[in-house]
Amino acid sequence: MSFRDVEKRYGMRLALRGISLELGAGECVALLGHNGSGKTTLLKIAAQLARPSRGKISFYAGATELSPDAVKVRVGMVAHHTLVYDELTAEENLVFFAKLLQLPNATERARQSLEPVGLARRAGDLVRIFSRGMRQRLAIARALLASPELVLLDEPAAGLDPEGQQWLGGTLASLHASGCTILMSTHGRNEAHASVTRAIRLENGAITHDSGPDGNPQNLMAMAAVREEGDSE
Amino acid sequence: MSLVHATATILAKELRTEFRSRELLGTTVVFVLIVLVLFSFTFDPTTSESRRFGPGLLWLAFLFAGSLMLQPSFLREQANDTLSALRLAPIDPFSILAGKMAANFLFLLLVELILLPVFAVLYNLAILPVLWQLILILVLGTLGVTTTGTVFAAVSAQARLRELLLPLLLLPVLAPLLVGSAEATVLLLRDPSELSEVWLVFLAAFDVVFLTAAWLFGAYLLEE
Repeated sequence: MSFRDVEKRYGMRLALRGISLELGAGECVALLGHNGSGKTTLLKIAAQLARPSRGKISFYAGATELSPDAVKVRVGMVAHHTLVYDELTAEENLVFFAKLLQLPNATERARQSLEPVGLARRAGDLVRIFSRGMRQRLAIARALLASPELVLLDEPAAGLDPEGQQWLGGTLASLHASGCTILMSTHGRNEAHASVTRAIRLENGAITHDSGPDGNPQNLMAMAAVREEGDSE
Repeated sequence: MSLVHATATILAKELRTEFRSRELLGTTVVFVLIVLVLFSFTFDPTTSESRRFGPGLLWLAFLFAGSLMLQPSFLREQANDTLSALRLAPIDPFSILAGKMAANFLFLLLVELILLPVFAVLYNLAILPVLWQLILILVLGTLGVTTTGTVFAAVSAQARLRELLLPLLLLPVLAPLLVGSAEATVLLLRDPSELSEVWLVFLAAFDVVFLTAAWLFGAYLLEE
Protein backbone atom coordinates (compact mmCIF):
# COMPACT_ATOMS: atom_id res chain seq x y z
CA MET A 1 0.00 0.00 0.00
CA SER A 2 1.40 3.37 -0.99
CA PHE A 3 0.28 6.85 0.08
CA ARG A 4 1.72 9.61 -2.07
CA ASP A 5 1.45 13.15 -0.71
CA VAL A 6 -2.05 12.47 0.61
CA GLU A 7 -3.99 15.43 1.97
CA LYS A 8 -7.52 15.41 3.37
CA ARG A 9 -9.47 18.56 3.99
CA TYR A 10 -12.84 18.83 5.78
CA GLY A 11 -14.03 22.32 4.93
CA MET A 12 -11.31 24.67 6.21
CA ARG A 13 -9.70 22.04 8.43
CA LEU A 14 -6.78 19.98 7.20
CA ALA A 15 -7.14 16.48 8.68
CA LEU A 16 -4.14 15.02 6.85
CA ARG A 17 -1.22 16.91 5.33
CA GLY A 18 1.37 15.51 2.94
CA ILE A 19 1.24 11.87 4.03
CA SER A 20 3.71 9.76 2.05
CA LEU A 21 4.04 6.21 3.22
CA GLU A 22 4.82 2.76 1.86
CA LEU A 23 3.55 -0.33 3.68
CA GLY A 24 4.90 -3.72 2.68
CA ALA A 25 3.06 -7.04 2.78
CA GLY A 26 3.10 -8.65 6.20
CA GLU A 27 3.89 -5.49 8.18
CA CYS A 28 1.98 -4.84 11.40
CA VAL A 29 1.87 -1.07 11.79
CA ALA A 30 0.62 0.91 14.80
CA LEU A 31 -0.62 4.45 14.18
CA LEU A 32 -0.02 6.54 17.29
CA GLY A 33 -1.17 10.02 18.16
CA HIS A 34 -3.63 12.10 20.12
CA ASN A 35 -7.34 12.32 19.33
CA GLY A 36 -7.78 14.40 16.19
CA SER A 37 -4.26 13.71 14.93
CA GLY A 38 -5.60 12.11 11.72
CA LYS A 39 -5.37 8.38 12.50
CA THR A 40 -9.03 7.61 11.72
CA THR A 41 -8.97 9.72 8.54
CA LEU A 42 -5.87 7.87 7.35
CA LEU A 43 -7.60 4.51 7.99
CA LYS A 44 -10.76 5.68 6.19
CA ILE A 45 -8.74 6.70 3.15
CA ALA A 46 -6.91 3.36 3.24
CA ALA A 47 -10.31 1.59 3.30
CA GLN A 48 -11.55 3.81 0.43
CA LEU A 49 -14.33 5.17 2.63
CA ALA A 50 -13.03 8.68 2.05
CA ARG A 51 -11.27 10.20 -0.93
CA PRO A 52 -8.09 12.19 -0.45
CA SER A 53 -8.45 15.90 -1.31
CA ARG A 54 -5.00 15.68 -2.88
CA GLY A 55 -2.47 12.94 -3.54
CA LYS A 56 -2.99 9.29 -4.32
CA ILE A 57 -3.26 5.96 -2.58
CA SER A 58 -2.41 2.78 -4.48
CA PHE A 59 -2.58 -0.91 -3.68
CA TYR A 60 -0.40 -3.52 -5.28
CA ALA A 61 -0.43 -7.29 -5.61
CA GLY A 62 3.19 -7.87 -6.56
CA ALA A 63 3.92 -5.23 -9.19
CA THR A 64 0.31 -4.95 -10.37
CA GLU A 65 -1.77 -2.01 -9.17
CA LEU A 66 -5.20 -3.19 -7.99
CA SER A 67 -8.55 -1.72 -9.01
CA PRO A 68 -10.82 -0.30 -6.24
CA ASP A 69 -13.13 -3.35 -6.34
CA ALA A 70 -10.18 -5.74 -6.21
CA VAL A 71 -8.94 -3.84 -3.15
CA LYS A 72 -12.31 -4.07 -1.39
CA VAL A 73 -12.34 -7.88 -1.35
CA ARG A 74 -8.81 -7.87 0.12
CA VAL A 75 -9.47 -5.37 2.93
CA GLY A 76 -11.20 -5.94 6.27
CA MET A 77 -11.93 -3.03 8.56
CA VAL A 78 -12.71 -2.70 12.26
CA ALA A 79 -13.88 0.90 12.66
CA HIS A 80 -14.66 3.09 15.63
CA HIS A 81 -18.31 2.00 15.27
CA THR A 82 -19.11 -1.70 15.10
CA LEU A 83 -20.52 -1.68 11.52
CA VAL A 84 -23.09 -4.33 12.44
CA TYR A 85 -26.88 -4.16 12.71
CA ASP A 86 -28.43 -4.15 16.19
CA GLU A 87 -31.74 -5.51 14.84
CA LEU A 88 -30.15 -8.62 13.33
CA THR A 89 -28.67 -11.58 15.17
CA ALA A 90 -24.92 -12.15 15.18
CA GLU A 91 -25.28 -14.91 12.58
CA GLU A 92 -27.70 -12.91 10.38
CA ASN A 93 -25.20 -10.02 10.36
CA LEU A 94 -22.35 -12.22 9.21
CA VAL A 95 -24.49 -14.07 6.63
CA PHE A 96 -25.61 -10.70 5.21
CA PHE A 97 -22.05 -9.40 4.87
CA ALA A 98 -20.79 -12.76 3.58
CA LYS A 99 -23.39 -12.55 0.79
CA LEU A 100 -22.32 -9.00 -0.09
CA LEU A 101 -18.72 -10.23 -0.19
CA GLN A 102 -19.87 -13.08 -2.49
CA LEU A 103 -18.41 -15.73 -0.21
CA PRO A 104 -19.52 -19.28 -1.03
CA ASN A 105 -21.66 -21.06 1.62
CA ALA A 106 -22.40 -17.79 3.41
CA THR A 107 -24.26 -19.42 6.32
CA GLU A 108 -21.52 -21.97 6.97
CA ARG A 109 -18.85 -19.26 6.69
CA ALA A 110 -20.73 -17.06 9.17
CA ARG A 111 -21.00 -19.90 11.71
CA GLN A 112 -17.31 -20.70 11.34
CA SER A 113 -16.40 -17.04 11.85
CA LEU A 114 -18.32 -16.88 15.13
CA GLU A 115 -16.29 -19.75 16.65
CA PRO A 116 -12.88 -18.04 17.03
CA VAL A 117 -14.42 -14.85 18.47
CA GLY A 118 -16.27 -16.87 21.11
CA LEU A 119 -19.79 -15.98 19.96
CA ALA A 120 -20.89 -19.33 18.49
CA ARG A 121 -23.28 -19.93 21.40
CA ARG A 122 -24.81 -16.46 20.96
CA ALA A 123 -25.21 -16.78 17.16
CA GLY A 124 -29.01 -16.51 17.35
CA ASP A 125 -29.11 -13.53 19.74
CA LEU A 126 -29.90 -10.01 18.57
CA VAL A 127 -26.84 -7.78 18.61
CA ARG A 128 -28.73 -5.08 20.53
CA ILE A 129 -28.52 -7.19 23.69
CA PHE A 130 -24.75 -7.73 23.35
CA SER A 131 -22.25 -6.03 25.64
CA ARG A 132 -19.71 -3.58 24.15
CA GLY A 133 -17.02 -6.24 24.24
CA MET A 134 -19.21 -8.81 22.45
CA ARG A 135 -20.08 -6.25 19.78
CA GLN A 136 -16.39 -5.55 19.28
CA ARG A 137 -15.73 -9.27 18.87
CA LEU A 138 -18.51 -9.48 16.29
CA ALA A 139 -17.08 -6.42 14.52
CA ILE A 140 -13.73 -8.21 14.30
CA ALA A 141 -15.43 -11.39 13.02
CA ARG A 142 -17.16 -9.30 10.32
CA ALA A 143 -13.88 -7.71 9.28
CA LEU A 144 -12.14 -11.09 9.01
CA LEU A 145 -15.02 -12.85 7.17
CA ALA A 146 -13.32 -12.90 3.78
CA SER A 147 -9.84 -13.70 5.14
CA PRO A 148 -8.51 -10.27 4.09
CA GLU A 149 -4.88 -9.63 3.13
CA LEU A 150 -4.97 -6.15 4.69
CA VAL A 151 -6.71 -5.49 8.02
CA LEU A 152 -7.40 -1.93 9.16
CA LEU A 153 -8.29 -1.46 12.80
CA ASP A 154 -9.36 1.77 14.49
CA GLU A 155 -8.59 1.34 18.19
CA PRO A 156 -9.58 -2.33 18.21
CA ALA A 157 -9.03 -2.76 21.95
CA ALA A 158 -11.71 -0.17 22.78
CA GLY A 159 -14.46 -1.74 24.87
CA LEU A 160 -12.61 -5.00 25.46
CA ASP A 161 -11.96 -6.23 28.99
CA PRO A 162 -8.47 -7.58 29.88
CA GLU A 163 -9.48 -11.07 28.73
CA GLY A 164 -10.82 -9.62 25.46
CA GLN A 165 -7.61 -7.63 24.97
CA GLN A 166 -5.61 -10.80 25.45
CA TRP A 167 -7.80 -12.53 22.89
CA LEU A 168 -7.31 -9.59 20.49
CA GLY A 169 -3.54 -9.82 20.94
CA GLY A 170 -3.66 -13.53 20.07
CA THR A 171 -5.88 -12.87 17.04
CA LEU A 172 -3.57 -10.16 15.71
CA ALA A 173 -0.53 -12.40 16.30
CA SER A 174 -2.09 -15.25 14.31
CA LEU A 175 -3.16 -12.83 11.53
CA HIS A 176 0.37 -11.44 11.40
CA ALA A 177 1.84 -14.94 11.39
CA SER A 178 -0.38 -15.85 8.43
CA GLY A 179 1.16 -13.00 6.39
CA CYS A 180 -1.69 -10.52 6.75
CA THR A 181 -0.77 -6.82 6.63
CA ILE A 182 -2.15 -4.90 9.61
CA LEU A 183 -2.57 -1.14 10.04
CA MET A 184 -4.15 -0.06 13.32
CA SER A 185 -4.63 3.05 15.35
CA THR A 186 -4.04 2.50 19.00
CA HIS A 187 -3.95 4.22 22.38
CA GLY A 188 -2.11 3.51 25.60
CA ARG A 189 -0.68 0.07 26.35
CA ASN A 190 -2.56 -3.06 25.38
CA GLU A 191 -2.05 -6.61 24.20
CA ALA A 192 -2.50 -5.58 20.56
CA HIS A 193 0.97 -4.00 20.65
CA ALA A 194 2.81 -7.32 20.94
CA SER A 195 2.69 -8.01 17.18
CA VAL A 196 3.61 -4.50 16.05
CA THR A 197 6.63 -4.36 13.73
CA ARG A 198 6.47 -0.66 12.91
CA ALA A 199 5.09 2.41 14.65
CA ILE A 200 4.12 5.73 13.09
CA ARG A 201 3.26 8.83 15.06
CA LEU A 202 0.85 11.42 13.66
CA GLU A 203 0.48 14.97 14.93
CA ASN A 204 -1.92 17.50 13.41
CA GLY A 205 -2.37 15.30 10.35
CA ALA A 206 1.32 14.87 9.57
CA ILE A 207 3.78 12.03 10.26
CA THR A 208 6.27 13.15 12.90
CA HIS A 209 7.96 9.81 13.71
CA ASP A 210 8.24 6.54 11.79
CA SER A 211 10.24 3.66 13.20
CA GLY A 212 10.48 2.27 9.65
CA PRO A 213 9.95 -1.31 8.44
CA ASP A 214 13.25 -2.51 9.97
CA GLY A 215 13.39 -0.26 13.03
CA ASN A 216 12.31 -0.86 16.61
CA PRO A 217 8.72 0.28 17.16
CA GLN A 218 8.67 -0.45 20.90
CA ASN A 219 10.54 2.73 21.89
CA LEU A 220 8.10 4.90 19.96
CA MET A 221 5.10 3.06 21.44
CA ALA A 222 6.51 3.29 24.97
CA MET A 223 7.08 7.04 24.48
CA ALA A 224 3.54 7.46 23.19
CA ALA A 225 2.10 5.50 26.13
CA VAL A 226 4.06 7.58 28.66
CA ARG A 227 2.95 10.79 26.95
CA GLU A 228 -0.71 9.70 27.01
CA GLU A 229 -0.50 8.63 30.65
CA GLY A 230 1.01 12.03 31.44
CA ASP A 231 -1.79 13.78 29.56
CA SER A 232 -4.50 11.80 31.37
CA GLU A 233 -2.99 12.74 34.73
CA MET B 1 -21.49 -9.04 -7.50
CA SER B 2 -24.36 -8.29 -9.85
CA LEU B 3 -26.51 -5.25 -9.19
CA VAL B 4 -29.64 -7.41 -8.92
CA HIS B 5 -28.08 -9.84 -6.43
CA ALA B 6 -26.71 -7.05 -4.20
CA THR B 7 -30.03 -5.19 -4.36
CA ALA B 8 -31.94 -8.36 -3.43
CA THR B 9 -29.57 -9.03 -0.49
CA ILE B 10 -30.04 -5.50 0.86
CA LEU B 11 -33.81 -5.63 0.27
CA ALA B 12 -34.03 -8.91 2.22
CA LYS B 13 -32.11 -7.33 5.11
CA GLU B 14 -34.42 -4.27 5.10
CA LEU B 15 -37.55 -6.46 5.12
CA ARG B 16 -36.20 -8.67 7.89
CA THR B 17 -35.29 -5.66 10.05
CA GLU B 18 -38.66 -3.94 9.55
CA PHE B 19 -40.88 -6.98 9.96
CA ARG B 20 -38.98 -7.81 13.15
CA SER B 21 -39.67 -4.41 14.74
CA ARG B 22 -42.75 -3.27 12.71
CA GLU B 23 -41.97 0.24 13.97
CA LEU B 24 -42.20 2.00 10.65
CA LEU B 25 -45.24 0.21 9.24
CA GLY B 26 -47.28 0.52 12.43
CA THR B 27 -46.66 4.22 12.93
CA THR B 28 -47.20 5.08 9.26
CA VAL B 29 -50.54 3.22 9.07
CA VAL B 30 -51.76 5.05 12.19
CA PHE B 31 -50.51 8.40 10.83
CA VAL B 32 -52.31 8.05 7.46
CA LEU B 33 -55.44 6.80 9.20
CA ILE B 34 -55.49 9.88 11.45
CA VAL B 35 -54.98 12.24 8.46
CA LEU B 36 -57.78 10.58 6.44
CA VAL B 37 -60.21 10.65 9.36
CA LEU B 38 -59.36 14.30 10.13
CA PHE B 39 -59.85 15.32 6.50
CA SER B 40 -63.16 13.45 6.40
CA PHE B 41 -64.49 15.05 9.61
CA THR B 42 -63.22 18.53 8.70
CA PHE B 43 -64.73 18.68 5.20
CA ASP B 44 -67.63 16.23 5.62
CA PRO B 45 -67.79 15.85 1.81
CA THR B 46 -70.76 14.73 -0.28
CA THR B 47 -70.21 11.88 -2.78
CA SER B 48 -69.58 14.24 -5.69
CA GLU B 49 -67.17 16.31 -3.56
CA SER B 50 -65.44 13.12 -2.47
CA ARG B 51 -64.94 12.11 -6.09
CA ARG B 52 -63.44 15.51 -6.83
CA PHE B 53 -61.34 16.20 -3.73
CA GLY B 54 -60.90 12.74 -2.12
CA PRO B 55 -58.05 11.59 -4.42
CA GLY B 56 -56.07 14.78 -3.75
CA LEU B 57 -56.47 14.34 0.03
CA LEU B 58 -55.55 10.65 -0.28
CA TRP B 59 -52.33 11.36 -2.19
CA LEU B 60 -51.46 14.23 0.15
CA ALA B 61 -51.79 11.80 3.07
CA PHE B 62 -49.60 9.25 1.25
CA LEU B 63 -47.03 11.94 0.51
CA PHE B 64 -46.81 12.97 4.16
CA ALA B 65 -46.64 9.31 5.13
CA GLY B 66 -43.82 8.83 2.61
CA SER B 67 -41.77 11.70 4.05
CA LEU B 68 -42.30 10.23 7.53
CA MET B 69 -41.47 6.67 6.49
CA LEU B 70 -38.45 7.40 4.32
CA GLN B 71 -36.52 9.35 6.93
CA PRO B 72 -35.33 6.33 8.99
CA SER B 73 -34.13 4.31 6.01
CA PHE B 74 -30.70 5.97 6.17
CA LEU B 75 -30.85 7.13 9.80
CA ARG B 76 -30.89 3.47 10.82
CA GLU B 77 -27.54 3.05 9.11
CA GLN B 78 -26.01 5.80 11.23
CA ALA B 79 -26.38 4.15 14.63
CA ASN B 80 -23.41 1.82 14.09
CA ASP B 81 -22.16 3.42 10.86
CA THR B 82 -23.38 0.38 8.92
CA LEU B 83 -23.50 2.49 5.76
CA SER B 84 -19.70 2.34 5.84
CA ALA B 85 -19.93 -1.44 6.07
CA LEU B 86 -22.11 -1.45 2.95
CA ARG B 87 -19.67 0.88 1.18
CA LEU B 88 -16.77 -1.40 2.10
CA ALA B 89 -18.43 -4.27 0.18
CA PRO B 90 -17.47 -4.77 -3.48
CA ILE B 91 -20.92 -3.84 -4.78
CA ASP B 92 -22.33 -1.15 -7.06
CA PRO B 93 -23.21 1.82 -4.77
CA PHE B 94 -26.54 2.12 -6.60
CA SER B 95 -27.51 -1.31 -5.24
CA ILE B 96 -27.55 0.22 -1.72
CA LEU B 97 -30.01 2.88 -2.92
CA ALA B 98 -31.96 0.38 -5.03
CA GLY B 99 -32.35 -2.08 -2.11
CA LYS B 100 -33.68 0.70 0.10
CA MET B 101 -35.92 2.08 -2.66
CA ALA B 102 -37.42 -1.38 -3.20
CA ALA B 103 -38.02 -1.84 0.54
CA ASN B 104 -39.57 1.63 0.93
CA PHE B 105 -41.74 0.99 -2.14
CA LEU B 106 -43.07 -2.26 -0.67
CA PHE B 107 -43.65 -0.71 2.78
CA LEU B 108 -45.50 2.33 1.43
CA LEU B 109 -47.54 0.27 -1.04
CA LEU B 110 -48.53 -2.06 1.81
CA VAL B 111 -49.65 0.93 3.90
CA GLU B 112 -51.68 2.23 0.94
CA LEU B 113 -53.36 -1.13 0.32
CA ILE B 114 -54.26 -1.45 4.02
CA LEU B 115 -55.79 2.05 4.06
CA LEU B 116 -57.55 2.01 0.70
CA PRO B 117 -60.71 0.29 2.10
CA VAL B 118 -60.78 2.82 4.97
CA PHE B 119 -60.57 5.66 2.44
CA ALA B 120 -63.42 4.11 0.37
CA VAL B 121 -65.67 3.83 3.43
CA LEU B 122 -64.90 7.28 4.88
CA TYR B 123 -65.37 9.04 1.54
CA ASN B 124 -68.20 6.79 0.34
CA LEU B 125 -66.43 5.86 -2.92
CA ALA B 126 -66.85 2.62 -4.90
CA ILE B 127 -63.29 1.49 -5.60
CA LEU B 128 -63.93 -2.22 -6.24
CA PRO B 129 -64.98 -1.84 -9.91
CA VAL B 130 -61.75 0.05 -10.67
CA LEU B 131 -59.48 -1.67 -8.16
CA TRP B 132 -56.82 -2.94 -10.60
CA GLN B 133 -56.59 0.38 -12.43
CA LEU B 134 -56.32 2.13 -9.06
CA ILE B 135 -53.52 -0.23 -8.01
CA LEU B 136 -51.67 0.61 -11.25
CA ILE B 137 -51.84 4.33 -10.37
CA LEU B 138 -50.77 3.57 -6.79
CA VAL B 139 -47.78 1.56 -8.04
CA LEU B 140 -46.58 4.31 -10.41
CA GLY B 141 -47.17 7.09 -7.87
CA THR B 142 -45.59 5.20 -5.00
CA LEU B 143 -42.55 4.31 -7.10
CA GLY B 144 -42.02 8.03 -7.75
CA VAL B 145 -42.42 8.93 -4.06
CA THR B 146 -40.04 6.23 -2.85
CA THR B 147 -37.41 6.69 -5.58
CA THR B 148 -37.16 10.43 -5.02
CA GLY B 149 -37.66 10.14 -1.27
CA THR B 150 -34.93 7.54 -0.78
CA VAL B 151 -32.45 9.72 -2.67
CA PHE B 152 -33.33 12.78 -0.56
CA ALA B 153 -33.27 10.67 2.62
CA ALA B 154 -29.68 9.73 1.77
CA VAL B 155 -28.81 13.41 1.25
CA SER B 156 -30.60 14.72 4.34
CA ALA B 157 -29.32 11.96 6.66
CA GLN B 158 -25.92 13.69 6.73
CA ALA B 159 -27.35 17.12 7.52
CA ARG B 160 -27.90 18.61 10.97
CA LEU B 161 -31.59 19.53 10.60
CA ARG B 162 -32.38 16.28 8.79
CA GLU B 163 -35.91 15.81 10.20
CA LEU B 164 -36.87 19.18 8.76
CA LEU B 165 -34.73 19.00 5.65
CA LEU B 166 -36.29 15.89 4.08
CA PRO B 167 -39.86 17.24 3.75
CA LEU B 168 -38.46 20.64 2.69
CA LEU B 169 -36.49 19.02 -0.13
CA LEU B 170 -38.97 16.32 -1.01
CA LEU B 171 -42.40 17.93 -1.10
CA PRO B 172 -41.67 20.61 -3.76
CA VAL B 173 -39.98 18.03 -6.01
CA LEU B 174 -42.93 15.67 -5.62
CA ALA B 175 -45.53 18.36 -6.45
CA PRO B 176 -45.80 17.27 -10.14
CA LEU B 177 -46.15 13.64 -9.05
CA LEU B 178 -48.88 14.61 -6.58
CA VAL B 179 -50.79 16.46 -9.30
CA GLY B 180 -50.41 13.56 -11.76
CA SER B 181 -51.42 10.86 -9.28
CA ALA B 182 -54.37 12.86 -7.94
CA GLU B 183 -55.63 13.76 -11.45
CA ALA B 184 -55.34 10.15 -12.64
CA THR B 185 -57.26 8.99 -9.52
CA VAL B 186 -59.96 11.69 -9.96
CA LEU B 187 -60.57 10.57 -13.55
CA LEU B 188 -60.70 6.93 -12.45
CA LEU B 189 -63.20 7.50 -9.62
CA ARG B 190 -65.57 9.80 -11.51
CA ASP B 191 -68.67 8.58 -13.36
CA PRO B 192 -68.00 7.46 -16.12
CA SER B 193 -64.64 6.14 -15.04
CA GLU B 194 -61.56 6.72 -17.20
CA LEU B 195 -57.98 5.45 -16.96
CA SER B 196 -56.03 8.41 -18.33
CA GLU B 197 -53.12 7.27 -20.50
CA VAL B 198 -51.66 10.79 -20.45
CA TRP B 199 -51.29 10.81 -16.65
CA LEU B 200 -50.03 7.21 -16.59
CA VAL B 201 -47.30 8.10 -19.10
CA PHE B 202 -46.50 11.23 -17.06
CA LEU B 203 -46.13 9.18 -13.85
CA ALA B 204 -44.03 6.52 -15.60
CA ALA B 205 -41.79 9.23 -17.10
CA PHE B 206 -41.33 10.82 -13.65
CA ASP B 207 -40.29 7.43 -12.25
CA VAL B 208 -37.85 6.73 -15.09
CA VAL B 209 -36.21 10.17 -14.85
CA PHE B 210 -35.61 9.95 -11.09
CA LEU B 211 -34.51 6.29 -11.21
CA THR B 212 -31.98 7.17 -13.92
CA ALA B 213 -30.72 10.17 -11.94
CA ALA B 214 -30.34 7.99 -8.84
CA TRP B 215 -28.45 5.38 -10.85
CA LEU B 216 -26.11 8.01 -12.35
CA PHE B 217 -25.37 9.93 -9.15
CA GLY B 218 -25.94 7.25 -6.48
CA ALA B 219 -22.24 6.75 -5.76
CA TYR B 220 -21.73 10.45 -4.98
CA LEU B 221 -24.78 10.58 -2.70
CA LEU B 222 -23.39 7.92 -0.39
CA GLU B 223 -19.92 9.43 -0.05
CA GLU B 224 -18.89 11.20 3.14
